[in-house]
Amino acid sequence: MKKLLTVAAAVLAFGTGAAQAAEGTALPEYHWSFNGIFGTFERPELQRGFQVYREVCSACHGLRLVAFRDLAALGYSADAIKALAADYTFKDGPNDQGEMYEREGRPSDHFPSPFPNEKAAAFANGGSAPPDLSLMAKARKGGPDYVRALLMGFEEAPAESHIPEGLYYNIYFPGHQIAMPPPLSADAVEYSDGTPATVEQMATDVAAFLMWAAEPTLEQRKEMGIKVLIFLLVFTGVLYAAKRKIWSDLH
Amino acid sequence: MSEFKSNNAVIKWIEYRMPIFSFLDDAIGRGYPTPRNLNYWWNFGSLAGVALVIMIATGIVLAMQYTPHATMAFDSIERIMRDVNYGWLLRYVHSNGGSFFFLVVYVHIFRGLYYGSYKEPRELLWILGVVILLLMMATAFMGYVLPWGQMSFWAATVITNLFSAIPVFGDQIVTWLWGGFSVANPTLNRFFSLHYLLPFVIVGVVVLHIWALHRFGSNNPIGIDAKGPQDKIPFHPYYTIKDAFGFGVFFIAFAAVIFYAPNLFGEPDNYVEANPLATPAHIVPEWYFLPYYAILRAIPNKLLGVVAMFGSILVYFILPWIDRSPVRSARFRPIYKQFFWIFVADCVLLGYVGANPPEGNFLLIGRLATAYYFLHFVIMFILSYVERPRPLPSSISEPVLKGGAAAAGAAAKPMEKA
Amino acid sequence: MADSASPGHSGDGETRRDFLFLAAGALGVVGTVAAVWPMIDSMNPAADVRALSSTELDLSPVEVGQRITVTWRGKPIYVDHRPQKEIDAARSVNIDELRDPQADEDRVQKAEWLIVIGICTHLGCLPKGQKVGDPRGEWGGWFCPCHGSHYDTSGRIRKGPAPLNLYVPPYEYLDDTLVRIG
Repeated sequence: MKKLLTVAAAVLAFGTGAAQAAEGTALPEYHWSFNGIFGTFERPELQRGFQVYREVCSACHGLRLVAFRDLAALGYSADAIKALAADYTFKDGPNDQGEMYEREGRPSDHFPSPFPNEKAAAFANGGSAPPDLSLMAKARKGGPDYVRALLMGFEEAPAESHIPEGLYYNIYFPGHQIAMPPPLSADAVEYSDGTPATVEQMATDVAAFLMWAAEPTLEQRKEMGIKVLIFLLVFTGVLYAAKRKIWSDLH
Repeated sequence: MSEFKSNNAVIKWIEYRMPIFSFLDDAIGRGYPTPRNLNYWWNFGSLAGVALVIMIATGIVLAMQYTPHATMAFDSIERIMRDVNYGWLLRYVHSNGGSFFFLVVYVHIFRGLYYGSYKEPRELLWILGVVILLLMMATAFMGYVLPWGQMSFWAATVITNLFSAIPVFGDQIVTWLWGGFSVANPTLNRFFSLHYLLPFVIVGVVVLHIWALHRFGSNNPIGIDAKGPQDKIPFHPYYTIKDAFGFGVFFIAFAAVIFYAPNLFGEPDNYVEANPLATPAHIVPEWYFLPYYAILRAIPNKLLGVVAMFGSILVYFILPWIDRSPVRSARFRPIYKQFFWIFVADCVLLGYVGANPPEGNFLLIGRLATAYYFLHFVIMFILSYVERPRPLPSSISEPVLKGGAAAAGAAAKPMEKA
Repeated sequence: MADSASPGHSGDGETRRDFLFLAAGALGVVGTVAAVWPMIDSMNPAADVRALSSTELDLSPVEVGQRITVTWRGKPIYVDHRPQKEIDAARSVNIDELRDPQADEDRVQKAEWLIVIGICTHLGCLPKGQKVGDPRGEWGGWFCPCHGSHYDTSGRIRKGPAPLNLYVPPYEYLDDTLVRIG
């Protein structure tokens, strides 16, 4: 049995993804409201994060996997979402004349990308296309912790490192040279709920928002998990009792 | 002649025209005698069956929503995760189910190695099992390509490129596999077709596997054949309930992962859409392939690396002829028992090496671990002649009896396979 | 050898045992249903499909006498801005003579706007009559070229093999010129 446990521990130790060669500094950990078995999103935090995304990030980064109607989960009303969608224009068509035309956004539309294609995005940004953010919180090791740390991790480059033009020094980015200039500065956004918009606050809020964007079903998943596990524990207990009962006549 | 009887008119009507009830009764019911001393390591066969059913069921519903085209595959899976009712659940069950399937099958295999379940007369049963393992590996490999993430694409590129090591025809074969000049849409489409097909081939081989099993019945922890009906108990209700309990434990572990760590076994890079022009920093396969990956990379020659990697699995086909000890169970083979656990540790070590870049210490350790892996089989061969096993009990029931019968059992000749 | 008589064979032990097996069986059924349900429900319309389950239509650009076709849930919707002649023709009919008796008043919310699903109730072809120059059948409504069904200016079947009138989809006016279908 001890051997089994050691093997199991070893299996889990390396099974959890590739080991990290020493890139990037250790991330500051943050206790998110959505961590843990009973984790949930905090709507005000998500709304603030969404505001940061809209006012700062969306200039360069798309969010194409999220539809406007999904924002209902953040607590926005159907009318608010309709109005928000209508702020965007989309190309549609062809009409009966065979021409493409522009129309207002609808709740069923997805967030647009700021650039028409990858190449245009790279061209406008010094050769590196700003990635779409829909899955960023799951697409990097460290998840939302990484996103938050990265946004707070811009610093003056140490004297001995030579950062080429167009790159910026970031403590947490693997290799420490990132093509994105520091996007957040104090009060870059004015929060409607009056929360002071420090860099840390905005980084935290937008990281939480991006976690929601990457995994909108997180709350349903954890909630279902509790019910399923309790059911299974009871069921397995009953099965064990039944097993003992049936086997009792053999000894 | 089956002992199945029923008073139910409908059952009797069907049974007379198509004797499925007596068939089932003899297969898993009261009509199938099973050794009475099986321990919980014997649960893993039925667990593998459950895993297979789960994978097929979730796979079929997922395939209703998935689009196997390079421009739409990634997005179709995100649609499943976000828009399809319970899509996130089905996807996580399927992706983690693959990991659990391999976990369960590996335990099942190691059980076989420990208790000598591959020995006469169960060699064919064992061989069919190795076939199932190979089919599972092919299925899993192709399945992982389907989301068309960075890891999907690059793992496909690396592994299909291996076939170019084949002399003379290598490059043609690779082009044929790809359906083009690199991993691209034709590759994805055919992988989807085969990924859907192979699980049903697996079902067929599992049927043969169970058929072969039922010819002689299960092995047991002491590796001694049943001497009579006193050594056996009907499969139902004893092992049906024990298996059901095993399912419960399995589902608890499975649910814990699905609901609270669904990306535990995954790579973040696979949440980035495939980009043929950007290679990820570390290309890693899923954990269940890591030991073979380590073996592949341990050998500096491309062809020999491929040969060693496949060889590490193909060696299992001839295992019954490598290990010639007449004693089945490692319980009575004290030296083999030690080497067994060393082998397990070696496999885990190989897995760890496979997860890391082949540099520095990892390279050295990987090579040593690879060499030892194959050395283990040489050791098994030698041990089968050289080892003095412990005295075997005279029967399955004998260890249960108290008193004089135990002494009589101890006097049984060693090396007696019975 | 093995003791086959089970101790504790009292009635109490048996009921406890039966309860145990009943509980196990019942939980097993519940668990199986709960596990199968997501698979079945996943086949129901997904959120993105449900989001397109209603369409809003701006009627203001449609002139009197003009007919337009829009798509709703993958089906064609015929919108007819009926001139008074068509309305009168639709209402001067003896309902009892109709194959599928229905008053025009029951098929429209505002008399000048007829909104129907443009699928022939016979075998599913799209009846003609939407475009200028299309045949409209003997009652000035629509004519299905597949098997010769004639629909009147209220979309009711008058002649031909179709059994029922053109279906009226659920719709509501959000204001005078904006209608939400579905």
